[in-house]
Amino acid sequence: MTSSPQAPVLAVDHLTVSFEADGGLVPAVRGTAFELHRGRVLALVGESGSGKSVTATAVLGLLPDNARVGGSIRLNGEELLGTTPARLRQVRGGEIGTIFQEPMTALNPVFTVGAQIAEAIRAHREVSRRDAGDQVVRLLTTVGLSDPARIAGAYPHELSGGQLQRAMIAMAISCDPVVLIADEPTTALDVTVQAGILELLRDLGRRLDTAILLITHDMGVVADLADDVVVMKDGEVVETAPVLDIFEAPQHEYTQNLLQAVPRLPELSLDSPDSPGTDFDGTALVRIEDVVVTYQGRHRAGAVRAVDGIDLHIEAGEVLGLVGESGSGKSTIGRALAGLVPVTSGRLEVAGIDVAAASRKAFRGARTLRGIRTRMGIVFQDPASSLNPRHTIGASIAEPLTLHSDLRGPALQQRVAELVDAVRLPADFAGRYPHEMSGGQRQRVAIARALALNPALLIADEPTSALDVSVQAAILRLLKDLQTRFGFGCLFISHDLAVVEQLADRVAVMHHGRIVEQGPTARVLRAPQQLYTQRLLAAAPVADPALQRRRRQAWYELTTQP
Amino acid sequence: MRTRRHPRQFLADRWAVAGGVVVAGFLLVAATASALTAVEGQDPYTYHLDALDDTGRPVGFGGGISGTHWFGVEPLTGRDLFAIVTHGAQTSLTVGLAATVIAMLIGVLVGVTAGFFGGWYDRLVSRAIDVLYGFPYLVFMIALGAVVSAKFPRTWLVVLVIGAFGWPTVARVVRGQTLALKHRTFVVASTAMGAGPGHVLVRQILPHLGVTIIVYTTILIPGLIGVEAALSFLGVGVPAPTPSWGRSIGEGVGWVQTDPMFLVFPGGALFAITLAFNLLGDGLRDLLDPRSVRRRPEAGARP
Repeated sequence: MTSSPQAPVLAVDHLTVSFEADGGLVPAVRGTAFELHRGRVLALVGESGSGKSVTATAVLGLLPDNARVGGSIRLNGEELLGTTPARLRQVRGGEIGTIFQEPMTALNPVFTVGAQIAEAIRAHREVSRRDAGDQVVRLLTTVGLSDPARIAGAYPHELSGGQLQRAMIAMAISCDPVVLIADEPTTALDVTVQAGILELLRDLGRRLDTAILLITHDMGVVADLADDVVVMKDGEVVETAPVLDIFEAPQHEYTQNLLQAVPRLPELSLDSPDSPGTDFDGTALVRIEDVVVTYQGRHRAGAVRAVDGIDLHIEAGEVLGLVGESGSGKSTIGRALAGLVPVTSGRLEVAGIDVAAASRKAFRGARTLRGIRTRMGIVFQDPASSLNPRHTIGASIAEPLTLHSDLRGPALQQRVAELVDAVRLPADFAGRYPHEMSGGQRQRVAIARALALNPALLIADEPTSALDVSVQAAILRLLKDLQTRFGFGCLFISHDLAVVEQLADRVAVMHHGRIVEQGPTARVLRAPQQLYTQRLLAAAPVADPALQRRRRQAWYELTTQP
Repeated sequence: MRTRRHPRQFLADRWAVAGGVVVAGFLLVAATASALTAVEGQDPYTYHLDALDDTGRPVGFGGGISGTHWFGVEPLTGRDLFAIVTHGAQTSLTVGLAATVIAMLIGVLVGVTAGFFGGWYDRLVSRAIDVLYGFPYLVFMIALGAVVSAKFPRTWLVVLVIGAFGWPTVARVVRGQTLALKHRTFVVASTAMGAGPGHVLVRQILPHLGVTIIVYTTILIPGLIGVEAALSFLGVGVPAPTPSWGRSIGEGVGWVQTDPMFLVFPGGALFAITLAFNLLGDGLRDLLDPRSVRRRPEAGARP
């Protein structure tokens, strides 16, 4: 097998990993097998807990001490399991390069980017300091950074996430690895940046003839980059197939469900101008006029304008999707609506009450704010941290009721039971604690709590971005059902255009604190008018290789436009 | 699952268990001091001049250790040393515990409010803490002892003063934790639901400070017992003839050449109890502090 011309660069066979915990063994990976070939991209796909990251860590020999590994991992025919630590150090960074999920934390903040890449080179090769420096500049050019000399001399905090990830990739390819492991390389990045990084990885794989092991949970990324796909679930491989087969004819039930759960964007048409919809009748639930929110910088360094003069309105019973990349100010809008962030100037009314004015007055405004908060509910991004870990689910859901209503005793229990039932959780969950539940169940609890007072407005700040796709689909369905049932108005904040498409009646796109475009969902997402919206839409990968190829082409044309 | 593992983990920490046993033993001795000395047939106040020679030195082995005087007697007076040490435990623990309660109350109250409300109040409190840190409290207490009216019970004056100087550390730690908790999403969520500051403080923040409060209490107690002993050593602590380890140690230093056991018994007791409380506190911190718990990396985790 190792002598055939098509020999795999990396062959993983019957890999098992289990962790010793509490005197027992907890299996994390049970019998994974796959092969990596030169110039091809293999995607390892699965939801959290599927064992995909553990598999990659096992290949690098970086598992913690309490891990027990079995099976075989062969690099060019050489067994890596059980080799000496010295040999493993040679392999790591030498023959296998790694790209991590968080470029911000993977680089040391006290050294320049160039010094860190040079260190990686000198760890594996005998080169002079000067030659290493030249090589760094060459590598940074290779990964598509336009000003390599400046980037090499910069510290990590001076660069953007996309630049850092490119620098990380430069470090990973610095010793001409035969295998590149990319562990969720774009999860921490915005879609427009992600598209660029994916393009770079595709190009590098082809140019350097490297085998890439791509670990991801995002089927859109898989459709964009992968040649072959391995689907994992609960530590086992459920399906291995070329990318087109996976998407067109998934064999395993789990793969089918996974693909079904991925929210889809409509086909993009960039050249069909529609008349922009104007359907504003003046009885808005939320009215935002020329609102500015500034954050005071430290040491009087000057204020940052997070929200820079925006106009929005939400009708009663309407779902407004607020879309934007990180730092666009979309979450600040949500917080300003709840009175959690003082509004610098402008009008911000919820149900006819001026929240902007109340948020500016520390003491007199508090009463007004407390009043308005009975009319709104908030669902936060991370359900794990938005519930008090020391309170039972029942107590958490009851909190707004004890604060604002006279319900006590059995009547309160009754209402909590109703809410638990409304979010489709079993009735006995009221006595449980957050750590005894899954992420999706916790988010259901957070939704039940937000709806406890029958609010007129629900603010949902990225409610599904910490969840797996299959769970996300269920939560979105639940939100839609509840919205039709209770008819609350909703501000739905998300970075994911496909998620917004499923739920929102209207969409507003934010960029650098301003609204770039707003209108009916179908119009904005199908036929965007503004260049930024077009780029944003074209950059979002969809879970369909053929369709994704067309979108990639569109994105390429848009970004190369002057 | 966590609660079930705690007692087992704690028992695995032999030093902490030993500390706990010693602390429990001292508490028992302090509570039954009068009964114990009654068994011996002595009390801490009666002079036994017959147990001394002409120079005031106790007669016999180890400072007069015998069946009637288990730890020997005090030089010059002949008072029973066992009675003094056991009753001294009473004094030390009463002062140490009462002062700790005062220090914890002030510290938690000040720390939580400063961290939660912030602004000028926080700045004022933080500066006050800085000033207290740099304050020469021993000199202050000596001066206070001379100024305060003699009618005020001395023991409680000592308790008040020690407590009033013991809180800054606690306040600093609690303030820091509150600052971190204030920005946790569940606290923001509670505010967004319309909860007032009182509700957020009591329902959301205080329960999370419980561990810190327990651990700091056990660490503060030996420190404050030490402060009481230091004050009594200097002669400004609890007044004579109330038995106190600190005063006995102070007097024992002068007799260390001729009657070393007079220093060894009270000194050993003070050493044992402070060490035991510190071991117990360290064990509790390792046990309860979530930061000292190592977790297995989650398989395939993403943020």
